[in-house]
Amino acid sequence: MTSSATNPRGVRARAAIAAKTLRTDRWWLAPLATVIGLGAWITYATVRVFMHDHYWVEKYHYLTPFYSPCVTDRCIPEASHFGQYLPGWWIIPDAAFTLPFLLLFRLTCYYYRKAYYRSFWLSPPACAVPDGHASYGGETRFPLIVQNSHRYFFYFAVVISLINSWDVVLAFRSPDGFGFGLGNLILLGNVIMLWGYTISCHSCRHIIGGRLKHFSKHPVRYRAWGFVSWLNVRHMQLAWITLGTLALTDFYVMSVAAGWISDLRFIN
Amino acid sequence: MGTKRQFRIWRGDADGGDLQDYTVEVNEGEVVLDVIHRLQATEAPDLACRWNCKAGKCGSCSMEINGLPKLGCMTRMSTFEENETITVTPLRTFPVIRDLVTDVSFNYEKARETPAFAPPADLAPGDYRMQQVDVERSQEFRKCIECFLCQTVCHVIRDHDENKSAFAGPRYFIRAAELDMHPLDTKSDRKEYAQSEQGLGFCNITKCCTEVCPEHIKITDNGIIPMKERVVDRRYDPLVWLGSKIFRRGQVPQTFVTSEHSPGAVRSHAPSGGTHSHAGGSHDAKSETQAQQGVNWHREVPKPTAPAVDASGRLPLTELTFDRAAAPSPFGDDVTFPLPPEHLNFAHPQQDEKH
Amino acid sequence: MTTTTTRIERHHYDVVVIGAGGAGLRAAIEARLAGKKTAIISKSLFGKAHTVMAEGGAAAAMGNVNSRDNWQVHFRDTMRGGKFLNNFRMAELHAKEAPQRIWELETYGALFDRTKDGKISQRNFGGHEYPRLAHVGDRTGLEMIRTLQQKIVSLQQEDRRTHGSYDARIRVFDETTITELMLDGDRIAGAFGYYRESGEFILFEAPAVVLATGGVGRSYKVTSNSWEYTGDGHALALRAGATLINMEFLQFHPTGMVWPPSVKGILVTESVRGDGGILKNSEGKRFMFDYVPDVFRKQYAETEEEADRWYTDPDNNRRPPELLPRDEVARAINSEVKAGRGTPAGGVYLDIASRLPAEEIRRRLPSMHHQFKGLADVDITKEPMEVGPTCHYVMGGIEVDPDSGAAYGSVRGLFAAGEVTGGMHGSNRLGGNSLSDLLVFGKRAGGHASTYVDQLAARPRVAVSMVETAVETALAPLQRDTGENPYTLQQDLQAVMGDLVGIIRRENELEDALGRLAELRERVAKVSASGGRRYNPGWHLALDLRNMLVVSECTAKAALERRESRGGHTREDYPTMDPQWRRINLVCSLEGDTVRLDRKPLPKMRTELISLFDRAELAKYLTDEELAEFDALAAADAKAAAAATAADAAGAGAAEKENR
Repeated sequence: MTSSATNPRGVRARAAIAAKTLRTDRWWLAPLATVIGLGAWITYATVRVFMHDHYWVEKYHYLTPFYSPCVTDRCIPEASHFGQYLPGWWIIPDAAFTLPFLLLFRLTCYYYRKAYYRSFWLSPPACAVPDGHASYGGETRFPLIVQNSHRYFFYFAVVISLINSWDVVLAFRSPDGFGFGLGNLILLGNVIMLWGYTISCHSCRHIIGGRLKHFSKHPVRYRAWGFVSWLNVRHMQLAWITLGTLALTDFYVMSVAAGWISDLRFIN
Repeated sequence: MGTKRQFRIWRGDADGGDLQDYTVEVNEGEVVLDVIHRLQATEAPDLACRWNCKAGKCGSCSMEINGLPKLGCMTRMSTFEENETITVTPLRTFPVIRDLVTDVSFNYEKARETPAFAPPADLAPGDYRMQQVDVERSQEFRKCIECFLCQTVCHVIRDHDENKSAFAGPRYFIRAAELDMHPLDTKSDRKEYAQSEQGLGFCNITKCCTEVCPEHIKITDNGIIPMKERVVDRRYDPLVWLGSKIFRRGQVPQTFVTSEHSPGAVRSHAPSGGTHSHAGGSHDAKSETQAQQGVNWHREVPKPTAPAVDASGRLPLTELTFDRAAAPSPFGDDVTFPLPPEHLNFAHPQQDEKH
Repeated sequence: MTTTTTRIERHHYDVVVIGAGGAGLRAAIEARLAGKKTAIISKSLFGKAHTVMAEGGAAAAMGNVNSRDNWQVHFRDTMRGGKFLNNFRMAELHAKEAPQRIWELETYGALFDRTKDGKISQRNFGGHEYPRLAHVGDRTGLEMIRTLQQKIVSLQQEDRRTHGSYDARIRVFDETTITELMLDGDRIAGAFGYYRESGEFILFEAPAVVLATGGVGRSYKVTSNSWEYTGDGHALALRAGATLINMEFLQFHPTGMVWPPSVKGILVTESVRGDGGILKNSEGKRFMFDYVPDVFRKQYAETEEEADRWYTDPDNNRRPPELLPRDEVARAINSEVKAGRGTPAGGVYLDIASRLPAEEIRRRLPSMHHQFKGLADVDITKEPMEVGPTCHYVMGGIEVDPDSGAAYGSVRGLFAAGEVTGGMHGSNRLGGNSLSDLLVFGKRAGGHASTYVDQLAARPRVAVSMVETAVETALAPLQRDTGENPYTLQQDLQAVMGDLVGIIRRENELEDALGRLAELRERVAKVSASGGRRYNPGWHLALDLRNMLVVSECTAKAALERRESRGGHTREDYPTMDPQWRRINLVCSLEGDTVRLDRKPLPKMRTELISLFDRAELAKYLTDEELAEFDALAAADAKAAAAATAADAAGAGAAEKENR
């Protein structure tokens, strides 16, 4: 303040340091790993979504989450738990009502934002490493101001998680009635992780209790907030775990559906 | 018992400077700040560096060590390899004063602009009752030692100096969050303020502020994101909007904060507004005599009368509706210049001898 | 060099507050609220003052945790802690006003830890009979300074709304050092100093100055104090004609870190002991039981079992001896180390790891956990800490009027508050009393400085010659190139003070110290600093040295004169307390260049205050003569009380008769 009072701001220069960053550690490792991880997943998911095949195991009622709910008229009728509404062009994903919202839920997620702003957009690639862009407006204006709509997609994601849970329940079947196998465990594990990821969302944490000014007046919501906060600390881990479990589940269902492997059955 | 270590320290000032090499003896258990002190006591007595407590509690010795913003007193030498050259530079985001000292007044200016705690009007001191669970969130932010590491690492201003006027930085987001979560704070528009005046929207939550925080405050997860969500509550949430439409409740008036940058000169103050000290005439005869001796610098003098405004709160600037041919004086139309000398607070050096 | 060739920035203020710690900020707030144009001068950045280091809490008898607590009990504890050498009036004001000052902080936005019913929680601390310290985890000082800082900001915002500028009525000059007070005759006329950043000079013309510069710890090598603590306020006051009292009393905090060497002296909060930490020597013995002095025998546990029970049931057990006043614990640790039972690094073990679960330690002592992890790579939830005494606080300081904070001596318009003043804490300060001291006397000093300004008939003026002299003195070290390096001189001074005027003092060593200080004075007069004026730490230190030196001389002289051991002053050759000495304050003043020492009788406690104590307790401190006086007083009281009862009885009898 001495300085602000005696020297108008803007007059003085920053220290003249030639190097763009003086970091000596491998700061590029984390963004690189993110690019590889997300890139690989997106490639796999794109291929699978437009494969339009091997998503339903007739015998055991396994439906991969990538095709749930299956709503185009080319879907196997048994796999369409919620009806068929769309024409079966190859460009339309069979889960056209859910996939875009899931994608947007993850795209606007506070963790993924950090991950891709750093690794893909280089803004900044790592702490104290210069931004790759000449100017910066952040999320103050269109299009990035749309990131504020994360809340909407969270509401959708809850609905979709319910649908996925229903799929898991329906899958406890065998040709002779009740039964379960390894596929059920994988589906169940996946959906639990999906719930974990969805519930641990920052928006959820806010809605559950974060928006309250007085926790002491809402003891139940405070406890719920405490639980969500506990999960929220693990939001990043859950984000990656669910990517893994989604791909794994899908791959398993595909393998069984295509007849490459047969499901390991525990009961019937 | 010590070992020789290589250091590169930035020396210079606003006119330029460079990294200079030093070889310093380092003993077991020392931190980077100790090395700086050893240099001051030996090779470079005029090496400028801020420090105070040496225990990570005051946040004075912020510097960039191997390119990362850190506290000099909390960076142990044992975290480096023996043969590693350690580079120490001043905070990059702020103008340099000399060597490792930078002009951090940006932060103090932003602090001054952030609206202060608004105490409840009906509570006397001693009657404040708050539950521990209600104060804990704000307490986390009050751990802040104002080392400004989060401010210097934030790429919004680190890499884009032009954003400085519109962006307050992580430190002041958590200040706003702290007050918004304060159980007894009565100001309800802190979220709007954070969004419109502090530039909350600039933050793209890349979390570097949290990474460098020496107090391990979860700046992003517990401060910035909840503030963003609170903004969403007011502005973007479909259910809240729908609920307020249907039930006509939960509507908090959308108060707008006066922009610090807006031209405030025309806004007239309440005519009853207190006293003003340095211009105009006084009503009080005693004060007046004192004033003529240049003694009472705070005698009560009336505030200049603010010009009249029309129904919309604007100055009537057209000549048709106004009784004067020009804009009203910002000092009040009842003040004429030059002011009479006896109305000025000026003590002539020889004045006392005359009286 | 004259003023005509040196650029000097001039400012006019009503009140200039030197020091931006708790006391300074509180004084400035008060002066601003009284309508005075106020400047705050801070040696470091705004909000970095040493107050942030205070951990435990602020003592105030609010009675939130134990409703039996009240100001009388607090007053008693303070007097007891200070070994009855305190200025009773200051202790009284402090005990009475502290709760109000703490509550006031809440209206500024402070968030203390809470009790179940939503009040401010209070914790136990050494020397306090009841849980009394308002706290926020173990960062209470930070909370306080931040709160006051933010209150100042809110006042500035108010000023901006009414006057159009943040700086209209209160302005902070950070990184600015005052080197000289300007006088007009015997009245304060202003203050002269420099911006650390640019080295440019600055002159404040102001009729009232409040000193709130803190302590003198930098004269010691092992200290918990930061570089700012160079005794500037003490020295400024002396040179302006004020006096210092009780300078021989320095508090050595019993638990400072001793390893690694670079952080030697940094504080380990007393809360570690308050929360169950125990002290052990290298043989694993909990040695504090051997060091309970007779005066405290009644209040402290004699067995480990009883001491351990106290943490959960304080009402029916006596407290553990680890919670004795600081001076006792510091001496005990010192003796253990001297007897060869210390740790390798020269301290003793402070063990909390074996006493509380790790999770609980992290919750209750987060910043200690953080500090040891960060600075020493020690995990206090697993290993014991190594601790030893460190110079922490100076009880002595500027002699002030208890009610107004106005400095005694020949000067007018000089006020002081906080650690820079003397008298409040007697010979030893209780933990937690300093934070509340800052607030209580900060407010008083600010308020009375404003009143003083109002009462002035004419503003004092700064004489040009004084400014010229100040400029010359300030520039001198830069213009010499033959003198010594200021850092060497500081190390030598620290060695003299640490070795010869340390915790345990001896007559011949003190005499030796005075001789060496005289030599140092010659050397400091010739100190030279290389480099220019812009942010030159060497030059800054060279200017501070002169202050450290004069204050050190006061300490050494007073320590030599006081032939007894009391609180923060321990003489090996006079190991006991002497009631005669209790009646005497040692007063330092400056005569030309030499330090002069006088004896001055301690003010006598008022009747209603002295009768708060037991006779048995007073007998340990007072002379026979004083005791006789107390007895007479008690007898008179008893007689009056008996008479009153008799009258009551008679009245009641009469009433009964009438009823019949």
